[in-house]
Amino acid sequence: MTTTRGITTKVSSVLKKLALPIALSLAASNLAHAESVNTTGLAVTDDTVKVGILHSVTGTMAISETGSVQAEKLAIEQINAMGGVLGRKIEYIQEDGASDWPTFAEKSKKLLVNDKVAAVFGCWTSASRKAVLPVFEQYNGMLYYPTFYEGLEQSPNVIYTGQEATQQILAGIDWVVKNKGAKKFFLLGSDYIWPRTANKIARKHIEKLGLKVSGEEYYPLGHTQFNSVINKIKLKKPDVIYAIVVGGSNVAFYKQLKAAGIDMTKEKPLVLTISVTEDEILGIGGENIEGAYAAMKYFQSMENENNKAFVKAFKERWGDDIVIGDVTQAAYLGPWLWKAAVEKAGSFDIDKVRAASPGIELTTAPEGYVRIHENHHLWSKTRIGLAKKDGQYDLIYETDELMEPNPFPVGYK
Amino acid sequence: MFSDYTANELTAIFAMQGFAGLILFSVLVLMALGLAIIFGQMGVINMAHGEFMILGAYITYLTSNVFAEYLPGLFDGYFFVAMILAFITTFLLGMLVEWGLIRFLYKRPLDTLLATWGLSLILQQIYRSVFGAREVGVSLPDWMMGSYALTDIIEVPINGIFVMLLTVTIAIGVYWLMYRSGWGRQVRAVVQNRPMASAVGINTEKVDRVTFGLGCGIAGIAGSAFTMIGSTGPTSGQLYIVDTFLVVVFGGAQSLLGTIASAFTISQAQSTMEFFLSGSMAKVLTLLFVVGILMLRPQGLFAMKIRH
Amino acid sequence: MNSLKQIFPKGDLIAFAILAVLLAVVFPLAMDVFRLNLVGKYLTYAFVALGLVLCWGYGGILSLGQGIFFGLGGYCMAMFLKLEASSPENTAIQSTPGIPDFMDWNQLTELPWFWEPFHSLSFTIIAVMLVPTVFAFFIGLAMFKRRVGGVYFAIITQAIAAILTILIIGQQGYTGGVNGITDLRTFLGWDIRTDSAKVILYFVNLVLLFTCLVIAQIIRKNKLGRILVAMRGREERVRFSGYDVANFKIFVFCIGALFAALGGAMFTLQVGFMSPTFVGIVPSIEMVILCAVGGRLSIFGAIYGALLVNFAKTSFSESFPELWLFAMGALFISVVLFFPNGLASVYQDHIVPRFKKRFKKQGKPVAVKPRVQTAKNQPNTTEKTDDVLTGGTL
Repeated sequence: MTTTRGITTKVSSVLKKLALPIALSLAASNLAHAESVNTTGLAVTDDTVKVGILHSVTGTMAISETGSVQAEKLAIEQINAMGGVLGRKIEYIQEDGASDWPTFAEKSKKLLVNDKVAAVFGCWTSASRKAVLPVFEQYNGMLYYPTFYEGLEQSPNVIYTGQEATQQILAGIDWVVKNKGAKKFFLLGSDYIWPRTANKIARKHIEKLGLKVSGEEYYPLGHTQFNSVINKIKLKKPDVIYAIVVGGSNVAFYKQLKAAGIDMTKEKPLVLTISVTEDEILGIGGENIEGAYAAMKYFQSMENENNKAFVKAFKERWGDDIVIGDVTQAAYLGPWLWKAAVEKAGSFDIDKVRAASPGIELTTAPEGYVRIHENHHLWSKTRIGLAKKDGQYDLIYETDELMEPNPFPVGYK
Repeated sequence: MFSDYTANELTAIFAMQGFAGLILFSVLVLMALGLAIIFGQMGVINMAHGEFMILGAYITYLTSNVFAEYLPGLFDGYFFVAMILAFITTFLLGMLVEWGLIRFLYKRPLDTLLATWGLSLILQQIYRSVFGAREVGVSLPDWMMGSYALTDIIEVPINGIFVMLLTVTIAIGVYWLMYRSGWGRQVRAVVQNRPMASAVGINTEKVDRVTFGLGCGIAGIAGSAFTMIGSTGPTSGQLYIVDTFLVVVFGGAQSLLGTIASAFTISQAQSTMEFFLSGSMAKVLTLLFVVGILMLRPQGLFAMKIRH
Repeated sequence: MNSLKQIFPKGDLIAFAILAVLLAVVFPLAMDVFRLNLVGKYLTYAFVALGLVLCWGYGGILSLGQGIFFGLGGYCMAMFLKLEASSPENTAIQSTPGIPDFMDWNQLTELPWFWEPFHSLSFTIIAVMLVPTVFAFFIGLAMFKRRVGGVYFAIITQAIAAILTILIIGQQGYTGGVNGITDLRTFLGWDIRTDSAKVILYFVNLVLLFTCLVIAQIIRKNKLGRILVAMRGREERVRFSGYDVANFKIFVFCIGALFAALGGAMFTLQVGFMSPTFVGIVPSIEMVILCAVGGRLSIFGAIYGALLVNFAKTSFSESFPELWLFAMGALFISVVLFFPNGLASVYQDHIVPRFKKRFKKQGKPVAVKPRVQTAKNQPNTTEKTDDVLTGGTL
């Protein structure tokens, strides 16, 4: 088999500039013989392919992003154990975004331009995604983004493996209205784009159902004093506290909610959240959030065979006391979806992988079945979990149908 | 604004908001007392104050695990043990830091800021390496997590009362130490005139070390208490640092009474505004209010005239 | 009148030349565009560090809020670029085409009034320079006229940085919130994301940086510089000599803000977005650290400090992300403990004397040397006495 390894050989930068035309002409002459999988300037050799992992391992976001890194590494190791992708073992280059958005942009550029990775699994916050997006579009990279997020975006260079806002919100609200007779909602969130957009969608939907929103509040990220808002909640007596608090504020909010005598195990007011996964409960403490409902697409306690195998493998790899949240599972899907798309395309070429992506199905996903939509988001079911004292959710409901991703909801703006 | 509520509810609003303000007040005092001692008495800007608090929180976490494992019968009372351990640990670490770092910098107060910032980075990474990047959940005894219902609307969180009592105890303790004990007299003497204090036989180095340790120790207790209301993670400490410094500066750095007065003003302003405005705007307005007053009255609320 | 020779003594000229060769010749030749762009980014921090040398090293005013000015400058530039990127054609899918995407998400239906003037480049350039400077002027006026200084000033600037961050994040319909203003593509139709644009912007950045360096040098060598140093040592004496100390402080603080704002604007151009993370406390402190590592008394040190710390940050975080914070922390502590005047003092105290010895052996004329040395050492010696003095006053 002929090889185009010469292209990716590391040479000093000045030499590289000189070498490039030569290498290109070499590549062109080799092209006729080379396998079609190896046509791009990507870091692909005969037996390896390089991908990037880009998350924060330092800084404030490391708390949340650690799980995603673990899941992505696990998926890559499993794929390698099965023989890799198109006969090539995956090698990953891990970069630290350091919870700093410009660093994310810088590192993504490094991964795409210097390392020429075939795909990047990474980013967590919306801000980091927004920071890297122009880089991915300019250098034509492929990003697998795991977090549930606000929607309002659809890039040819991103596959969104988490749910966008409408998927998460509509089913959750419909469920509490139908099953818990909820009529009055209190919306609460951390002050940034995801909670604000999500609450806007939630408000529209609630009002469309003819029900009432009795309050909407935002607190700065990292805020730790929620007594005032808890007092407001007590006075307004909503049926549902719809909470989209993130990060360290979560811990403060739920502890203070419980201490203020709002018993979530009782019917009213009930707490419905879309931001607390098992990962966050670790910090909050199961006893402080027992009885709250969460609407998302995955819970660690799901009983299907895929998930049992996934949880077992995850614990074997990263330790017994680890928990797996929604985003961690979505991050785990990334490498698998990429593998499926590459194999369908028969090439690592970004354009071909992109073209092959819509319609890719995964029957082995821990959450069950997912499929990539034309708009690069995933069709997935939305599920309701009830938080238990041991820090796990009980799955109590899932939608019958896959929810269609709708990142630009009409009528919800 | 008020028309939605009955008179009864309005009373309840004010009662509960007043109480929320008092809890915030206690929290601020607890955060700031340690810093007020270090910054006010010694002129050292300790940017690692938040990290000392988180150390206290981690000690509480470890203690709770040990109790849950080996002494489940005594779990209800572990918190007191944890606070003492948190104090001892942070006190010792504080003395170590003073000995290894701070004592070389007394003549360059702004440089203490940089050095302790470096220290805070190192401590954060140590926490991350030892306890993991994720937040840890500190389980609390059940009796601390409930609330006490005064009327059917007015409910008072027990951990709030606990923090208030703790704050009062520590404030009295500090007051006694600083103004009623022989050691406090030495500290004040050193603050006012170091060469003179040294000349009359006060071991100023030892006084410095213990003062710094004490400030850190109080931060440790505060951190331990804050496991009840906040998160415990490697970077949680950074959340507190700006507020803490503002409380101290606003109060007038050298006056412990000023610290308390300023914590009271800030907490009441913030919790009142939080009720009528959104949380973010309340925070902005509170900070603006504090900065505005500081511009008009740079020496803070309670300035002490001392000879430099 | 100061003659050119007084402002640029031979030693400083050599330092200028070395820096110019390094930045304008060596780096562009040795690096690919990606790395060069990184250096360009680091150099935008060097603007801030340079301003801090004047404010802090010379004026004794430690601002922990330089991120405010860096951010304001950057945001002004970002607003201009964002408006250009949000032409009605580019934003046709929005419910209100022609306004920035984040406004559309926040249900704004028309451009807020304060965004309107940023359609004009000349207004933007003026705003980049004026907004932060005026803001600094008012902060300075309020503080220095009331003789707020030292630690208090540091903490108040820190609080202002915190306020501004919360405001920017909270008003996301007008500011882009925590995401910042992203996806900036063109500058008057010129695509700033291409490799050639990056190289050109790098050199534009250099020209601006050297302009600032020259301004700093003039201030330093002028009467103004000497008054600043005197003020830092014994403020009262300067005041009693009939100078209005506050005015000098306000002036130098404004200059620092202006430099930071230029850095911010160049950052936006080179990196392609602006976010509230630069306005906050952490970046502000990091910028002080760049200055401290390089040497708070050396305008060249500030630039080398910015380059060095950021190079270290990038390479460390590429290979050992966990060790990075340890290294950074240790660096701060050791610089403060062992080299209070930063790398510049290491150079002055250890490297320069060796050179001198060599020169002497070769029998070169020694006539110019004493002057070079005093010129360079002057701030150092005053700093040493100053340490003792401030120890008493704080």
